[in-house]
Amino acid sequence: MSRISAEEVREIAVLARLALTEEEVTRMTHDLGAILGYVDALKELDTATTEPMTHAVPFDCPLRPDQVGLSLSVDEALANAPRREASFFQVPRIVSKGGAGPSEEG
Amino acid sequence: MSEPQIETSAADARLAKYEVVIGLEVHAQLSTKSKIFSWSSAAFGAEPNGATDPICLGMPGTLPVLNEAAVLAAVRLGMAVGSHIRPRCRFARKHYFYPDLPKGFQISQFDEPICEGGTIRFRVRGEQKSVRLERIHMEEDAGKNLHAAAGVSFVDYNRAGVPLCEIVSKPDVRSAEEAAEYLRALRTLVRYLGVCDGNMEEGSMRCDANVSIRLRGAEKYGTRTEIKNMNSFKNVRDAIEYEVRRQATLLDRGERVVQETRLWDASRGVTAAMRSKEQAHDYRYFPEPDLPPLALSEEYLAKARASLPALPEDRFERYTAEGLSAQDASVLVTEREIADYFDATVAAGAAQKGSSVTAKKAANWVINEVLARVDDPRRLAEADLPVSAAALAELIGLVESGTLSGKLGKDVFLRMWNERRSAADIVAAEGLAQVSDTGSIEQACQRVIAAHPDELARYRGGEKKLLGFFVGAVMKETGGKANPKGANEALRRLLDQGN
Amino acid sequence: MASLDIKGARIATLAEGVRSGKLKARELTEAYLDRVKTVDPQLNSYLLIDGAGARLQADAIDKAVASGEAVGPLAGVPIALKDIFVTKGLETTCASKILRGFVPPFDSTVGQRLAAAGTVMLGKLNMDEFAMGSSNENSSRGPVRNPWSLAHVPGGSSGGSAAAVAASLCAGALGTDTGGSIRQPAALCGVVGMKPTYGRVSRYGVIAFASSLDHPGPLGRTVDDVATLMEIIAGPDPRDATSIPAPVGQYRAAAKAGVAGLRIGIPAEYFGAGMDPEIDAAVKAAIDELGRAGAKVVPVSLPHTKYAIATYYLVCTAEAASNLARYDGVKYGYRAQDVRSLEELYTRTRGEGFGLEPKRRIMLGTYVLRSGYYDAYYGQALKVRRKVFDDFATAFTQCDAIVTPTSPIPAFKLGEKTADPLQMYLADVMTVAAPLAGVPALSQCCGFTKAGLPIGLQTIGPPLGEEVVFRVAGAYESRTDWHERLPADPSSSSPNAAAGGVS
Repeated sequence: MSRISAEEVREIAVLARLALTEEEVTRMTHDLGAILGYVDALKELDTATTEPMTHAVPFDCPLRPDQVGLSLSVDEALANAPRREASFFQVPRIVSKGGAGPSEEG
Repeated sequence: MSEPQIETSAADARLAKYEVVIGLEVHAQLSTKSKIFSWSSAAFGAEPNGATDPICLGMPGTLPVLNEAAVLAAVRLGMAVGSHIRPRCRFARKHYFYPDLPKGFQISQFDEPICEGGTIRFRVRGEQKSVRLERIHMEEDAGKNLHAAAGVSFVDYNRAGVPLCEIVSKPDVRSAEEAAEYLRALRTLVRYLGVCDGNMEEGSMRCDANVSIRLRGAEKYGTRTEIKNMNSFKNVRDAIEYEVRRQATLLDRGERVVQETRLWDASRGVTAAMRSKEQAHDYRYFPEPDLPPLALSEEYLAKARASLPALPEDRFERYTAEGLSAQDASVLVTEREIADYFDATVAAGAAQKGSSVTAKKAANWVINEVLARVDDPRRLAEADLPVSAAALAELIGLVESGTLSGKLGKDVFLRMWNERRSAADIVAAEGLAQVSDTGSIEQACQRVIAAHPDELARYRGGEKKLLGFFVGAVMKETGGKANPKGANEALRRLLDQGN
Repeated sequence: MASLDIKGARIATLAEGVRSGKLKARELTEAYLDRVKTVDPQLNSYLLIDGAGARLQADAIDKAVASGEAVGPLAGVPIALKDIFVTKGLETTCASKILRGFVPPFDSTVGQRLAAAGTVMLGKLNMDEFAMGSSNENSSRGPVRNPWSLAHVPGGSSGGSAAAVAASLCAGALGTDTGGSIRQPAALCGVVGMKPTYGRVSRYGVIAFASSLDHPGPLGRTVDDVATLMEIIAGPDPRDATSIPAPVGQYRAAAKAGVAGLRIGIPAEYFGAGMDPEIDAAVKAAIDELGRAGAKVVPVSLPHTKYAIATYYLVCTAEAASNLARYDGVKYGYRAQDVRSLEELYTRTRGEGFGLEPKRRIMLGTYVLRSGYYDAYYGQALKVRRKVFDDFATAFTQCDAIVTPTSPIPAFKLGEKTADPLQMYLADVMTVAAPLAGVPALSQCCGFTKAGLPIGLQTIGPPLGEEVVFRVAGAYESRTDWHERLPADPSSSSPNAAAGGVS
């Protein structure tokens, strides 16, 4: 009995934008289940008074001066674009207006 | 507004029945030179994809480095609204997939934002209001998607990485009108601080509204919707008003409001639900590993605090206390440059000997003469403005002391503006000093009376209103320089004498 | 072509030769390129050979030397970079289909520093895809084979780097170490490899796998080679906000300073069940040697060692899922054909472009960051990470350096562990703790199994303790000759022959 169901695997694949074959779903269900079972051992530890270690450096965020440096040219920026049109990156039509973040479009 | 009468009264009834609860999220683009985490230009207007670098394009192998000016802007904004500035704050990654988000995550702040709390004060039809803030945090902007031909969209990453402050209010706003005034006040404030130009039409200030309604007196909040795509104060007001009506209609019918994101469609005048199936995002926040926590020292904070200008609401209170009308005070505080210019004029006037430059007088001149002549009020801060605050103060002094008549004063101002000369200069050169000494006025009056025997006879015959004619003639005789009051008195005396 | 004998050549020797004019950089470069052409088809350690670029660099150096101009300290020394370091104008792929064709418009900081020192870059080295793996079998361009035995893996993820150095296909190489990916392949290939202190070497231009765990570092034939490379690449970088602002140490000198008076800690947790007995014996012999060299051997404890793998796989997969979100077919790299919607662009590009191991880790990382799961998994892992760090901090109050085996097993056969990912992960037990804590660690050869496979000895130091690590490693090497042994060149006729053993 895996710690994770095939259904959940499919949900995560959607969140992660990964198209998985049925065979991959089956394999992932097994592999992820085994790994999650293994990492469960961490629950044994009492970490109530332990500070999380998010960074392996003991210093604070450095700041840089507000100076403009050399931009890439439009061609350099687009040189690796899989689909380019004029000076834009091209994607299939975005159906719903507005993203989740701070960009709004009219 | 052209709603049928019946709807309006129904709307009024609904407003009486329901209380509107609004929270506002404003994204302000900071006017730094470079982007928040990389060195390409943050300025508006470059050709598409012409202002990028490997970092803001999210190329593999790149790392963010924090721009000090973005931090200072956020700190000053927080201080200006009375937020608590966290001595240590953290960045976090916010994940979602969208073409304008190059890394597949946005570097933002989650658990420990740079500013917590704060208040925005503003006036709605003369009444003081204040709205509490939840927080202000820093984050990077995304690029822009352009919907192009059938089947394709285009992406421009120029805007990706531009620094933003997200200002989140508590749900203290109670009407669409209040929302618009809140935004206006916020715009004025960010422009005062020089951190953002507050231009909603251009997108340097963007607003999302969380709107819900509840029966008056109810304790629990109603279900809220998030409204996006409002790109002007008017649109914010119209969109919220529409949404309130929409929600009230639903509730009146016994239906429920669905929690969702809706976009304002200004051309149709309605909000419409977004068709995206994944409305509730799991952003999978975690601390940004490429940026250690940001620490702000006491010295840093003290310096930032010392750099704050006098703020709009404080200045408004001071001006009205000094006797200015609310109307005039309002105009003076709309832009920092106007208020600074006004303050400088009053200060220069105070330094003049025998000063008579009052706040009221200075306000008149600044609003009616100076402001009227510039298309952008921010020009008042420019070094090459034709009439400096000190020069204006000098002119006002000359008018108030009687050296110049009021009318002449305005003419002199025009010449000062066009010729970039000081008032004293112009007055001296043209001999425009108002003639006030009684001797010259007396002589001028005698000359005029002598030149108009018929009118003299008619005046003495009872046509007293011919005094005006004589005054005008004396003004003409003296090239407009005679002190009108003095001329008036002298003429009356001379005309009423016997022979 | 030249009869330059470059097998086993040392960086300092080559540099001295070029600087003095006795050796022409161009001849040296041709000798290495020749060797790559002859030997590498059996090993598959190179993904891209930049013959044209290398010749240009070499010629420029010869010209400068001839006209008496100053040249860098490593002028003419041929090196190669793991294909995780972006190289301006040269394809960089992380051995993944999803980055095939990606040509970066910028260089990594470490690549720039090596170029400024005058090295000649021969090309880009094979690796496990996105640095995820311990055997270099996860490459989309085929596995790398161990020069000591073609049927065996070289280790991973810097398998190409370790194999190329072992087979003298470059004089030195750069790799990256996130859970052991420099040290373990160095151990399995009998070369020296160092994972520096986190932040000691800039990550700018290193394609990210797990940001708080990625460590770029050098591989070489000897301790001096690795110390030399470290002196060039280490140091603060304003383009990396996690880069340590401290000045670079004197690593070459430290490697010659000996271990008299140093306390060497031996953690019981690293010696136990599951370890190959030959490795156990070799490492214990090495520890005895260090004792004879003047070090004092003391027992220490790192009690949270058994939780390190679980901690590592939670932290690294969460960060990896995040770092790999940018591969979406929009800006660079692979893009699925005939997609009918934006959704399909994403899911098929990523589904087709990523290999199985990256997909597996993305899935796990996405799972553990979901709201509701964060505290139990990722949140808890960050706290246990702190405990691992504290273990080292405590141990380093009792000793100056810690010595352990690098890997509990020698190189295994190709295909032996690919069926069960968990089994593969468990092989990292001795290398994952150091990157979690950010402490420096180095692996060097300390013997061979009876089958002729190398055995690795690991030295771990306190944060910014590279010098003490080099003291231990240098002292050990000076008293042994494992580093002199070279693998036989594979016979060109049979890539699958289990040609191994010692030359």
